[in-house]
Amino acid sequence: MLMDKNTSVLIVDDYKTMLRIIRNLLKQLDFENVEEATDGAEALAKMRAGNFGLVISDWNMAPMTGLDLLKEVRADARLKSTPFIMITAESKTENVVAAKAAGVSNYIVKPFNAETLRGKIEKVMANA
Amino acid sequence: MPDGIAPNGADLAPEGQRIESAVRAVLGTMSGDLSVVEASLLAELEGLGRTVARAKQEIASLRVDDITLSHIPSATDELDAIVGHTAQATNEILDVCETLEGVATRVGGVEADALATAVTRIYEACSFQDITGQRIGKVVTALKAIEARVDQVVSRFGGAAGAAEQHAPPAPADPDETEGRRLANGPQLPGAGVSQADIDKLMADFD
Repeated sequence: MLMDKNTSVLIVDDYKTMLRIIRNLLKQLDFENVEEATDGAEALAKMRAGNFGLVISDWNMAPMTGLDLLKEVRADARLKSTPFIMITAESKTENVVAAKAAGVSNYIVKPFNAETLRGKIEKVMANA
Repeated sequence: MPDGIAPNGADLAPEGQRIESAVRAVLGTMSGDLSVVEASLLAELEGLGRTVARAKQEIASLRVDDITLSHIPSATDELDAIVGHTAQATNEILDVCETLEGVATRVGGVEADALATAVTRIYEACSFQDITGQRIGKVVTALKAIEARVDQVVSRFGGAAGAAEQHAPPAPADPDETEGRRLANGPQLPGAGVSQADIDKLMADFD
């Protein structure tokens, strides 16, 4: 399955190290157009100012969590169709259900591997 | 030393005297011989009073100020330092990985592929830092909760101020708490959360 490697990707995580890891994994998948945000509020501001084709977000951030960001994105007429992957350590069923109810495109539980990330991106972008 | 707690249980001696006085007062109101039941109840009352006095003395000897002013802050500082050190080490590992990726680009061929595969595995492994950081954050939160509870127990046994607190209603829920914040529980212990395979199945069920 083909992925558009020119897609602009926004990665959101309050752990700078995690941002760096995901950025490097995306680089290995040939995604070069990658921007970062360290919480939901910053991500939302960047999304409203830019044009991202994919968001990869952590859940547990302050002041705005990944779930809150997802809800804001889905409630925004211009942003609502943006593919949104949650990558999080939150692995309770209730978290997955809440994310799905809020409109998440796919859900990856940490720790994850590069193959899982690639597979989910392919799936999400194929459905976009 | 928190208010209401004297060192070495110095203010606890009158406690035993008060219990004894109370028992004597009850005895004084009774006329005639005590029945077996009454005598038994009085003995239990006296025993209960002494148990309370002993508990207060033991709590006073816990040196709670050491726990709340030294041990717990020290433990949380140490845990914060662990997070800082592991973050630093992880970033150094990532620096080396990026150097190796540069080498792979220059080398090319099978060697480059082998290097890329190895570097990918290192990236995957380095996500441990995020998980351990979140786990440590949960431990710090638990320590702070213990600190608050210890303070509460001491104040309850410490006098009238504690009595008022004992009847205080629980803290109201934060009206600004979002669903995202309420569900932010952090990493689950092995076996407690659901696996990626279970999540994939769950996601598919919605489709």
